[in-house]
Amino acid sequence: MLLRKMLPPKTQLRKIAGHLARKLGAIAALVLLGGLLSATLVRLAPGFDADERELDPTLNAESVRALRQSRAGEHNILSFYAGYLRGAIHGDLGTSHALGQPVQSLLRERWPVTLRVAGVGLLLAWLLASILAFTACLGRRPAFEILGTSVSGAFLCVPAAVLALLSVILNAPGYLAIALIVFPRIYRYSRNLLAKAYTFPHVTAARARGLGEIRILAWHVLPVAGPQMIALAGITVSIALGASIPVEALCGLPGIGQLAWQAALSRDLPLLVNLTVLVTLVTLLANSGADVMIYMLNSSRSDGRIRPCADRNSAIVNAL
Amino acid sequence: MNAARKLACVVVVGVCAVSLAANWLAPSGYAKQFREAPSAPPSHQHRLGTDEVGRDRFARVLYGTRISLLLAPAAALVSTVLAALVGGLAGYLGGIWLRLARGCTDLFLSLPWLFLLITVRALLPLNVSPLLSVLITFLILGLLGWAASARVLSTSADALRNSDFILQARASGLHGPRLFLVHVLPNLKPVLYAQFWISIPVFILSEANLGILGLGVAEPLPSWGSLLRELEGLISFREEPWRLVPLLLLIVVMTSFQMLLSNEEVTA
Repeated sequence: MLLRKMLPPKTQLRKIAGHLARKLGAIAALVLLGGLLSATLVRLAPGFDADERELDPTLNAESVRALRQSRAGEHNILSFYAGYLRGAIHGDLGTSHALGQPVQSLLRERWPVTLRVAGVGLLLAWLLASILAFTACLGRRPAFEILGTSVSGAFLCVPAAVLALLSVILNAPGYLAIALIVFPRIYRYSRNLLAKAYTFPHVTAARARGLGEIRILAWHVLPVAGPQMIALAGITVSIALGASIPVEALCGLPGIGQLAWQAALSRDLPLLVNLTVLVTLVTLLANSGADVMIYMLNSSRSDGRIRPCADRNSAIVNAL
Repeated sequence: MNAARKLACVVVVGVCAVSLAANWLAPSGYAKQFREAPSAPPSHQHRLGTDEVGRDRFARVLYGTRISLLLAPAAALVSTVLAALVGGLAGYLGGIWLRLARGCTDLFLSLPWLFLLITVRALLPLNVSPLLSVLITFLILGLLGWAASARVLSTSADALRNSDFILQARASGLHGPRLFLVHVLPNLKPVLYAQFWISIPVFILSEANLGILGLGVAEPLPSWGSLLRELEGLISFREEPWRLVPLLLLIVVMTSFQMLLSNEEVTA
């Protein structure tokens, strides 16, 4: 009975399901388009046709011809991409040129490392940013404000790769570097959101009626700032994934970020196409998850007029 | 302009001026090797010591600052022009063009910025001349960094399209490129300026990240990225604190940019 009360009515559930289906369709289209774009760029990249193995003096003319023949299918962009998609459907993502291993096994080995490092880093970043933002807004003292702004400002001025290097020098864990890279972006945006929400007349009225600060925050401020905070949560997944490249590369963590860096340095183009598709998929899923949550939140409200995309768009522009 | 912004302005202009005077301040140049003094500590001859191959670090900091501080605005200009073309035009035209432009920016923004940068950088040859590597690095920044600005501009142009004065201009018979150039573009100027200034520090940091990862400006040309790469061999801060000078300079310049970009400009 209680569960039925908590769930939205059937019509709203249908609307949410429709929204979810549209989102999944858009994700699939964007991932396919992203994959095609990266495959096109890979195909057009200078030196795509060159194979270092052809320079091996021990190979005879027939072997060189066989090598060229093996790459013949990659010359046409569409057939190259169609072949890639056909393989991907059957679980074959190709072989890394530089590492000589199947891409699928490389991703399977390295994904958990990135998930752990970026996940813990993200959690720490949210914790730190939330504590500072809430303290600055609840405390309403210039000291808190100056502390939060100067700390986040200092970290915003340092390149992500330098923070990774410093974590190596100071023997700090990699997730701490990710947390320090992501935290200032969360702090700045969430603090602004909370500060704006505190200026609304209904908050002033609640204060005048003698409501406590915690109650005002929970009942009058967070519901206003909530949708954009959720949108920001989706965006921060992308920021953490981006930060994992320098952190994993410089801290020697064998994750997806390090793999991307190695693929870039060795121009391992097939591996880069797969990584592009994977990272695009994860980012879009995170953003769409946030969108759906906002949609559900808005649907449960009586007005239901706040558009999730507007929240996400402003979060993207402000956080990036 | 308040005192903090004035100070920030002085710092940025001062650093730019000093870096432009590198030829006079460090006549030995950024590539000359003092082979008798590799990894030397600061001295009268080498104010910040020398690097592992005996190059004067002070000269390299000055020349590197010049490259990073002059080319980041150039890249920002490229990205702002692209953003104005894509976002501004799409917002002005509306309908399918706006949806197409938003889909395109969605595609660009769906990839983490650094990932996109290293992927595209990897598609271009890494073994190129130093000058070409500088051009490739900053051109990539300019050509890939337009998406977030285009989104802001498309929203502003979309709002302008439905404004009263544009309706009146249309009713007076003004259409097409003339309407865009005479009425829409001038009204987008504040947003364009804001996006241009916001892009500069982003591109400076991006170049630094690329440089540290070995995908930026090629040796022997210095840039903030390649100078910061030297930190990789640092064991402790106390050992050779002068090696932190490029990082401190970068932080000072970035802080100045942050102070210059007031909230109103950022949210314009």
